[in-house]
Amino acid sequence: MVKQLSWKVGGQQGEGIESTGEIFSIALNRLGYYLYGYRHFSSRIKGGHTNNKIRVSTTQTRSVSDDLDILVAFDQETIDVNYKELHEKGIIIADSKFDPKKPEDTNALMFSVPFTQLATDLGTSLMKNMVAVGATCAVLNLDIQVFEEVVQEIFGRKGQAVVDKNMEAIKAGYDFTKEQLNTDTGLMELDQADGKKRMFMIGNDAIALGALAAGSRFMAAYPITPASEIMEYLIKKLPELGGTVIQTEDEIAAATMAIGANYAGVRAFTASAGPGLSLKMESIGLSGMTETPLVVIDTQRGGPSTGLPTKQEQSDLMAMIYGTHGEIPKIVMAPSTVQEAFYDTAEAFNLAEEYQCPVILLSDLQLSLGKQTVEPLEFDKVEIRRGKLQSDLPEIENKEYFKRYELTNDGISPRVIPGMKHGIHHVTGVEHDESGKPSESAANRNSQMDKRFRKIENIKFDMPVYKNAPHEEADLLLVGFNSTRGAIEEAMERIEADGIKVNHAHIRLIHPFPTDDLLPLVQSAKKVVVVENNATGQLANIIKMNVGFANKIVKYNKYDGNPFLPHEIHTKCKELF
Amino acid sequence: MATFKDFRNSVKPNWCPGCGDFSVQAAIQRAAASIGLEPEGLAVVSGIGCSGRISGYINSYGFHGIHGRSLPIAQGVKMANKDLTVIASGGDGDGFAIGMGHTIHAIRRNINITYIVMDNQIYGLTKGQTSPRSATGFKTKSTPEGSIEQAISPMEMALTAGATFVAQSFSTDLKDLTALIEQGIQHEGFSLINVFSPCVTYNKINTYDWFKENLTKLKDVEGYDSSNREQAMQTLMKHDGLVTGLIYQDTQRKSYQDLLSGYSDKPLSEADLKLDQAYFDKLVEEFM
Repeated sequence: MVKQLSWKVGGQQGEGIESTGEIFSIALNRLGYYLYGYRHFSSRIKGGHTNNKIRVSTTQTRSVSDDLDILVAFDQETIDVNYKELHEKGIIIADSKFDPKKPEDTNALMFSVPFTQLATDLGTSLMKNMVAVGATCAVLNLDIQVFEEVVQEIFGRKGQAVVDKNMEAIKAGYDFTKEQLNTDTGLMELDQADGKKRMFMIGNDAIALGALAAGSRFMAAYPITPASEIMEYLIKKLPELGGTVIQTEDEIAAATMAIGANYAGVRAFTASAGPGLSLKMESIGLSGMTETPLVVIDTQRGGPSTGLPTKQEQSDLMAMIYGTHGEIPKIVMAPSTVQEAFYDTAEAFNLAEEYQCPVILLSDLQLSLGKQTVEPLEFDKVEIRRGKLQSDLPEIENKEYFKRYELTNDGISPRVIPGMKHGIHHVTGVEHDESGKPSESAANRNSQMDKRFRKIENIKFDMPVYKNAPHEEADLLLVGFNSTRGAIEEAMERIEADGIKVNHAHIRLIHPFPTDDLLPLVQSAKKVVVVENNATGQLANIIKMNVGFANKIVKYNKYDGNPFLPHEIHTKCKELF
Repeated sequence: MATFKDFRNSVKPNWCPGCGDFSVQAAIQRAAASIGLEPEGLAVVSGIGCSGRISGYINSYGFHGIHGRSLPIAQGVKMANKDLTVIASGGDGDGFAIGMGHTIHAIRRNINITYIVMDNQIYGLTKGQTSPRSATGFKTKSTPEGSIEQAISPMEMALTAGATFVAQSFSTDLKDLTALIEQGIQHEGFSLINVFSPCVTYNKINTYDWFKENLTKLKDVEGYDSSNREQAMQTLMKHDGLVTGLIYQDTQRKSYQDLLSGYSDKPLSEADLKLDQAYFDKLVEEFM
């Protein structure tokens, strides 16, 4: 019996690799296992190697696993590219169709199963994925009935005959492999799961759900990897709530349309990745200057330019903090789990309205697209706070403009939306006075600039740094942001086991930087290792700039397009001691 | 009921004396009053350039955005609150150079807003460079030997992009211009009104006199039918685009918001933000 298992299915893009992984993981999720799936894919529609690595565990995991137990291969390339991940007793299950060859330098067992042939015999080669699922069941001694419900849901629309055929394909794969194995128990068996029903979703699903829970009713966006799932989900859901998504002509239109809608009182947002964010920068500056709330999601991917569009990276940090020309107050937040992505997205809308400024919610490809089991989301934890949005306004004498940019102690001015009587004022990206009229006076410039920055001086943000700090004095502090949390957590256990005292801080509020929160942990650690998926150590530099202690800080960077694995962080830290 | 004076504010425009934009401002104010709008029910969104300042000179909600982006901002405003009357405005550089992509797509999208372009065939605020509306051979600071590019024909462009309301006017024809703006606002869909609004400081070719000499009023064209797209195109080509009046209107096609499935009858800005717990539970269930 094993507590966890790592399974990977690979083949050519467009061959149904995704659906094989999807069916396998949904069924196991329903049995109560914790799943973590990460897709390797290319920026093309058909062809090119793709794989889906799925970790199954009886406890929550948020990281790609170090090695692999089972590799399901639809072509030789899948074996050649991935077999080195297999551990000593790993298993390859390959389609007999391509006459699979096992590399010489592996002890893995290989079973050749006629995925395509068995499927074709049952009517269509399309069902080869189902045969592969059945073969996996045989190896794991898993009852194929657990797939019945999922198959019914996916193919039910096409009629019972199709459902039956697919179940037959699973059974054919199971029976064939079982015979080859010549054992009643399979080769590895998973511990029983708790049977609880939990959500299974990608970070982008949680972001979209968070936006709905926050009352967002309008999204303007332009398709881009790895952000498109957010708009695709909402275009299905928003019309049920009277709202919609507009697919705009470009990224600039997406940002400015969202600004227009926010100005007119709707919680609107946009989502994109690095290239889109570069194009949105002037608009984000407009939001800052006009104090119009705006939520922008940045699902980071490999840059610069088109970069590695389907690969993991965390290199937009500096651009998100400093990207706009001129200086504006801005909030940049970075959830590190799918749950946080939900709550933080909802909170982003509150912050945007309370502080009347752009809020950028950073995600990264691993968090946005990694599909995982999620503990229940609590809807009643989602608050809706609209800040100084006014309702009834008193009459203003002499047709004067409403003081939309009134100088206040906290810098936040009363906000009105078009349509409100006695609220007429002007909004402009030109420097302006309290009623929004353009002004170039030096005194006004100072007072309006100071007012805008005053807003976020004392920002209220729940848990700006996630801390797991069991030691008052630590040998090592590990720091990261976004999706590296899972790999750091696992590495931490192993480093502790080596006798090194380690604390962990995950930065959730990137800007304004939570210096006071992080400082004690940095002070009390002998070394600080900042783990990040970029080449220059952007977070490390931000910590040096804000917290200091540059001599303690070690950068640990990975920018080859792949997520950190726990053993990599473990090895790196061991080297330091 | 509001009169056109109610749409005036105390801000003194920074336009040059004699600028065509003064009349456009007056026409918007008159049209708004004449069709019974209230100042708080009107939002004027503008771009950057001399004409972009117009949103600050009208007593209504006004949003002066960034260069070339008045249309997406205006569309966002209208999507958020369909009960508002939304006018987008700006110059020919704003709408046909940096913002051309938005212009074409706003036309195809057909959201119910009115776009008024103050077309002076030159960049005024940056002190006299060529515009996409400048004629071939036109000499400016950026084309000292004369422009060698072809000028854009915005009205033909609008027709090919699928516009449902295309009109053109001349800033001195205050009465006609006001009437066109009224019609544009009342049109159920996207309305484009291009207004020849001479720049008295930097454009010494396309002057008031030049326009008077070269413009043809469509109401003087015998048998002109503004519901006939083919005739509209032919007439524009025949007169090199120098016509004024309602060029084309399609009253059949529904606006974006009318076609949008599920879109709320009540303005989105008035929606109850809190989701129903049962609805949220249903969403969660779909991920299980």
